Amino acid sequence: MNLADLSSNLLYVAFVAYLIATFVFGGAVKGNKEGTFNSEKRWGKVAITITLIGFVANLGYFFTRWGATGHAPLSNMFEFTTAFGMTLVGGFIILYFLYKTAVLGMIVLPVALLIIAFASMFPSEVSPLIPALQTSWLAIHVSTVVIAEGILAISAAAGLIYLLKVVDPAKKSKQRFWLEAMMYSLVLVIGFVVVSSFFSLTGYEAEFTYVDKESQEAAITYAMPPIFGMNEYVALTDGAMTPLVETPALVHAGKLTTVVWSVLVGTIIYWLIRLIFRKRISALLKPFVKNVNLQLMDEIGYRAIIIGFPIFTLGALVFAMIWAQIAWSRFWGWDPKEVWALITWLFYAAYLHLRLGKGWQGEKSAWLAVIGFAIIMFNLVAVNLIIAGLHSYA
Amino acid sequence: MENLQCQCGHTNPPGTKLCESCGRSLTEKEQNSKLVDMRYEGTARRSQTYNKSVIDKIWNFFSSVKVGVSIIVVLLVAAAIGTILPQQAFVPASTEATIKDYYADTYGSVGRVYHALGFHDLYSSYWFIALVGMLAISLVIASLDRFVPLYKSLKNQRVLRHPSFMDKQRIYGSGPAAEDTLEKAETKLKELKYNVRTDKNGLLAEKGRFSRWGPYVNHIGLIIFLFGVMLRMIPGFYIDESLWLREGETRAIPEVPGYYLESKNFELENYTGEGGEEVFGEALDRVGTVAKNYQTDVVLYQNSEDALPGAADSQEVVTEYPIRVNQPLKFDGYAIYQMDFRLDELKAMTFALTNKETEESLGELTIDLINPVDNYELEGGSTVELLGYYPDFSGFENGEPQTATPLPNNPGFLVELTTPETPEGETSFITIQNTVEPLGENDFKLTFLSADTRDVSGLTVRKDSTLPILGLGGLIFMIGVAQGMYFNHRRFWIQQKADGTVLLAGHTNKNWFGLKKDLDRVVEYASLPAYTDQQDEIDKVEKAEKEGETLS
Repeated sequence: MNLADLSSNLLYVAFVAYLIATFVFGGAVKGNKEGTFNSEKRWGKVAITITLIGFVANLGYFFTRWGATGHAPLSNMFEFTTAFGMTLVGGFIILYFLYKTAVLGMIVLPVALLIIAFASMFPSEVSPLIPALQTSWLAIHVSTVVIAEGILAISAAAGLIYLLKVVDPAKKSKQRFWLEAMMYSLVLVIGFVVVSSFFSLTGYEAEFTYVDKESQEAAITYAMPPIFGMNEYVALTDGAMTPLVETPALVHAGKLTTVVWSVLVGTIIYWLIRLIFRKRISALLKPFVKNVNLQLMDEIGYRAIIIGFPIFTLGALVFAMIWAQIAWSRFWGWDPKEVWALITWLFYAAYLHLRLGKGWQGEKSAWLAVIGFAIIMFNLVAVNLIIAGLHSYA
Repeated sequence: MENLQCQCGHTNPPGTKLCESCGRSLTEKEQNSKLVDMRYEGTARRSQTYNKSVIDKIWNFFSSVKVGVSIIVVLLVAAAIGTILPQQAFVPASTEATIKDYYADTYGSVGRVYHALGFHDLYSSYWFIALVGMLAISLVIASLDRFVPLYKSLKNQRVLRHPSFMDKQRIYGSGPAAEDTLEKAETKLKELKYNVRTDKNGLLAEKGRFSRWGPYVNHIGLIIFLFGVMLRMIPGFYIDESLWLREGETRAIPEVPGYYLESKNFELENYTGEGGEEVFGEALDRVGTVAKNYQTDVVLYQNSEDALPGAADSQEVVTEYPIRVNQPLKFDGYAIYQMDFRLDELKAMTFALTNKETEESLGELTIDLINPVDNYELEGGSTVELLGYYPDFSGFENGEPQTATPLPNNPGFLVELTTPETPEGETSFITIQNTVEPLGENDFKLTFLSADTRDVSGLTVRKDSTLPILGLGGLIFMIGVAQGMYFNHRRFWIQQKADGTVLLAGHTNKNWFGLKKDLDRVVEYASLPAYTDQQDEIDKVEKAEKEGETLS
């Protein structure tokens, strides 16, 4: 087994460990039939041990891959997103030892699992670095950013727990709607993972040529049955599905097809859950947060941000500017990724002013933390995949 | 507005909420509330006091947190809008008209609207810069409005406070205590690294006051940063030039007087997947070619000091350096970056003057495509005269050959060929693979033999003297953030009345848990009366009321 194979096996170990730990944490915080929580501590200990095993394997993945590629594994969509899942778990482990909150594990671990699964849908082979990335600033800048984002995401997890507890699932409200919308969007990620894995395991491929927005002939390979066809497409693969709709050149029908498949499958999964349990997902999770100390969750959410914000400033703005000055001759160029780093920073600055200056604590603060996570995810997913720029790798 | 006279005799400036000297509540609101608002020590903030003149209104507008956050949110949304479509700098068009057409052609009506609203150049638009300016003003005014009174108040604070100030603190306790209590408390507090001051029968212990300045320090850092960004508008602070340098060529570096740069060689290297790169084989198979290195080997020359300006032999070699991505050449405050390249640009073309019929050659000539010579004398007495040179021939306009660019992408030559046989000369127009004879059939022609090519490096010449200022701003910001977030300002007031009763109050700007931990140790050591967290009491009552409501 070479280093690269060892690395991917360690990632599997971490994935399985996180999966098991999720359920153990869930069991720990659910309480027994009598409605007491005597065993929370004991099962919490078991769960954090499994999480630690997973995290060690996860670190093993990271450093063996570093050894295999010769550079910090933070250079493409797969590597960065996997590292994000890892720092999320790392942030949780630190907070667990500070506050002993098993319930945080029950939320953070499945989100980390989703993120790692999402990452695995991108090409994961060991790839070489283009000249701009060949510097130790890659490791310095990106690792600081990914650690900061992991910690900031913890505040969203704490916020989510807070909301799960305070939002009444029996009463129709805006809060109930948006909380469930969050759950739904998490299920859509499952949809993406399921549909991508299915078609990749069955080896689906359909090739087309098309005319791109600069009126140039181009080729594309679909990994899923093409619902949407590219502009003036010509099918090259026999027996492949004929696209239902042809899109104008501006729309990337290949990406749109992936999105629509994910939404379709995700929505089916979501409604299956609703049909089987006859409850909203947020209501399903309600029993797990019965024993949650709201003040503590608010505190954890705030703590995560005051730790994450300076690290984010350092990594995503200061180190980023230093590197940009060295590699691109200017420290700032309004590249979409730079702009979204600034947006994220401004958002958390607004959070801090609202919390410290306007007394936005508790529920308001929890909503803001969740929105912050949405911005981070947008910067990770949409900015890389949809908005083209200097940072679009993948 | 009039000054406020406190019962203790101290005269407070208008707008004061808590007497600067004794801490008594001066407003009705403060008198009626259970706990005093300690955020700015109950001092008079200008923005909360005056609202008459235009200046007052402007001051109050910018000192508001709500306004500051609103500006942040508007900036954030505007910045996001600018990423929906690429900014004009990233678009393959350079003139105003072509940019406009590009948006319309590529993005349809969405692009047309986007361009019409000016979003294609959003970040240098006046309104965006104005927003950043407003944020800067808000940073300054909001900070001054709070910092000045807070600083004065904390600097002049008295040890002894009125009991009504103490019992409205969140941490409060009172009760009988031994005579040596104050001394013991002082010892313990000093041990816990508090600054302790005593006055008659009272004590004030304080720790971490500097953390109160954190927000103002980080705002100063941001202001310095923005100031640095503004400085680049001033000539001399900032240079951004591009320099296309051909292999073998030496050119004066634009905007850098006295310096010259020669390119020895440009190199583009791709990953091969061999020789230690086998691990990348799979990735290279999938994506195709991946660049490994862009490099220009340069020699930097400088005019020697004692030489006459412009003299060719007066240049001294300063350094030889391989410029690569991430490894710019730095000298004297300037930096030169590897940014772009063109491979195999035509350098020179070699022709033979031949007789069309016999195909006999009368000699060869080489035309330099950058600085062509006009006359070429061949050995047998023939001459070729270059009447016109069109480096990037794009067609004829009114019978005149045109060139699209000054780059030798598609050279065209208008030549007159003179041989001993045709002394009056023949005119010929030559482009690659094509010859036109505008003045009738010729006997002789130029036959293309070979072409020399070379690579061209696209370099960026940069000077940015604002960088140290930006770095300083960033550093101060980070220090301010750490100062304000990771430290806190803790204070205890302890008084012993004549009858032995001890009053005890505590305040911190954050982390009440840490404050209580300190206080517990002091209470234990000095046998102080037990204290309560009055906020917790209030919360409990509120909670009980709430539950009472839901029950009934």
